[in-house]
Amino acid sequence: MTAGGPIDCDVHPGVASLKSILPYLDPMWQDMVERRGLEEMNSISYPSNSPLTVRADWRGADGKAACDAAALAKQCLEPFRTETAILNCLYGVQLFHSEDLGRAFARAVNDWVRAEWLDKDDRLRASIVVPMQNVDFAVEEIARLAGDKRFVSVLLLIGGEVTPGRRGQWPIYQEAVKHGLPVTFHAGSSYHNPPSSLGWTTFYNEDYVNQAMSFQTGLTSLITEGAFTKIPDLKVVFLESGFTWLPGYLWRLTKFWRGTRQELPWVTEPPGHYVREHVRFSLQPFDGPPDAAEMDRFMNMVESEDLLLFSTDYPHWQFEGTEAMPAGLSPALARKITRDNPLATYARLRETVA
Amino acid sequence: MNVEVLNRSGAAAQASSRLMIADGDIHPRPAKASDLYPWLSKQWQEVFEAFGGRARHGWEKGTPYPKMQPMASRRDAWPKTGGGPASDLEMLREQLLDLHNVEVGIMNPLSPSGQGFQNIDMSIAFTRAVNEWQVAAWAAPEPRLKASIVVPYEDGVAAAKEIRHWAGNKHFAQILMLSRTNEPLGMRRYWPIYEAAQEAGIPVGIHAFGYGGTPITSSGWGSYYCEEMVGHAVCAQAGLTSMIMEGVFERFPNLKVISIEAGVAWAPALMWRLDAQWKKLKAETPHLKLLPSEYLRRQVWWTTQPIEEPEPREKLTDMIDFLGWDKLIFATDYPHWDFDDPQYAFPMKISEDNKRKLFRENARLVYGC
Repeated sequence: MTAGGPIDCDVHPGVASLKSILPYLDPMWQDMVERRGLEEMNSISYPSNSPLTVRADWRGADGKAACDAAALAKQCLEPFRTETAILNCLYGVQLFHSEDLGRAFARAVNDWVRAEWLDKDDRLRASIVVPMQNVDFAVEEIARLAGDKRFVSVLLLIGGEVTPGRRGQWPIYQEAVKHGLPVTFHAGSSYHNPPSSLGWTTFYNEDYVNQAMSFQTGLTSLITEGAFTKIPDLKVVFLESGFTWLPGYLWRLTKFWRGTRQELPWVTEPPGHYVREHVRFSLQPFDGPPDAAEMDRFMNMVESEDLLLFSTDYPHWQFEGTEAMPAGLSPALARKITRDNPLATYARLRETVA
Repeated sequence: MNVEVLNRSGAAAQASSRLMIADGDIHPRPAKASDLYPWLSKQWQEVFEAFGGRARHGWEKGTPYPKMQPMASRRDAWPKTGGGPASDLEMLREQLLDLHNVEVGIMNPLSPSGQGFQNIDMSIAFTRAVNEWQVAAWAAPEPRLKASIVVPYEDGVAAAKEIRHWAGNKHFAQILMLSRTNEPLGMRRYWPIYEAAQEAGIPVGIHAFGYGGTPITSSGWGSYYCEEMVGHAVCAQAGLTSMIMEGVFERFPNLKVISIEAGVAWAPALMWRLDAQWKKLKAETPHLKLLPSEYLRRQVWWTTQPIEEPEPREKLTDMIDFLGWDKLIFATDYPHWDFDDPQYAFPMKISEDNKRKLFRENARLVYGC
């Protein structure tokens, strides 16, 4: 362990194949995998061979990034001197239309993460993958695993069955809060709704760019439905959301909040207040101004040094070498991003990280 | 939001030596739908009255999300002559053109315009009628007002035909589409529109709203009007992203596009994200020869209303610096409730040069008037 090293809030453990997960499924489901011929559960959010999905120098002979804890330590933890890394498994269990399949596979993925990763390297923590198809099942999965303090957050995708602020989703957030877990939303979707506001797109590149738009509408939903006013301890983390859209987005939302307050009487503070109090963003991809000299001017629009959490987004290709920190950020801010902000956000890290 | 505008003395406004301005977004409406009937066949009048326009949402009347004001309009914009806001030319002259020194005002008729009707034949007939009406009722009697060619955009070929019908007519300065199309804006079904627009040398204005049937979010429908209004910004971003990626700007390099009423402050961050991600993923789109931001800078402009209002307002100045002052066209959105008053919408220090661009010169370059 590198004491005082960065806390990496968004790392993706590789799944070598469905066979890796299989032993963690109940026998009935194992049998079904075979009889129905289930395919690998990779999502189109990250096509296996897309250059973004695995950075070229992190791609092994099998075409994959680290699929075990030892390889991850070598490629992702040691080069960045990472003290603690949070695993967010993106295997596509949320995509099943069947609530039962979603439930069975979310359980299996979590048990696999625990046995194959958390038990193998004490620098690792993980988010609880939940079956987004059914709120009761999601709550049940959080309750099942919350006793293990190495699970430090709850993982959802930003594109789901219904807008994330809707009241029917709140039991998930309440269960998370009960156990001191932030609710994290990662880029991606169940694809149960069209991924863009104009429908299905032609190119992967569009889909990826549009992920930032999904976070914007998701944040509007969380704020306008009153999730933060009614669940005051709710902490939300946006992972791989992009960040530079935030100021312009908040200015527009604030203007319309002023104009539409009669339909949102419970939203008593300007939207920026809820973001500062409740919402955090992973660092990569930053999508910042190309000229580092303009970084100060941009960061001045953000009004807070508390919002960003260090992430490499390993193994996604967001930067070269170990240059995870965008050029132009001040050293003081960099320190907050790598350590202070993650510790302030993830209550369980404060208990277990020195 | 200017639900009612300050009652300032017309004389005082006139006396000041203010700029003549262009207004990129004015919404005239017929006092009653039957005002369009002189240009609509009896058959379509009957179908419209019996079955309506059948947009892609479920209400027979009204909009999916109730507005915050009747007809989303300023309380003081209802004419004494009856009819809805901006249905009376004399009142529009007094309340907008004269009071605010509007030299050129671009009309974007929204309701009813025939755009987005599910029945394409009716959409074709209706948009033609609306175009005829714009000339007869507004642009011919009031030369400061310029019309937009409303097109049945879900049928690209028919829309191109409508553009060619009016090309060269001095009353028209723009082609109008709505942002929430049935499919992403760059799809090939819409290319005949862009081809005809480039050929005619008329910019395509893409105004927020419309009912393409797809939820704004990737998680289905939001609950509130607030979500829809804020969401127009992401619809516009998805539309421009589609146009870039599909190669619309590469294929039609002289096409000009104006994003109307969808916000301004998101544009720099969108450019940064597009460029950063395309650099990694460009193997997928070998038809693109420039960075995504280079297409946007070359071929897209943004109308300002509803202008973002950060505190302090100098942050907006910084954001516009990132975008470029040559990319903005001032707009009021008259008669809607979120009207931007040219005197008060930009309460920060702006150089005289940038002010001229914002309020007049950019519009002259883009619309040619």
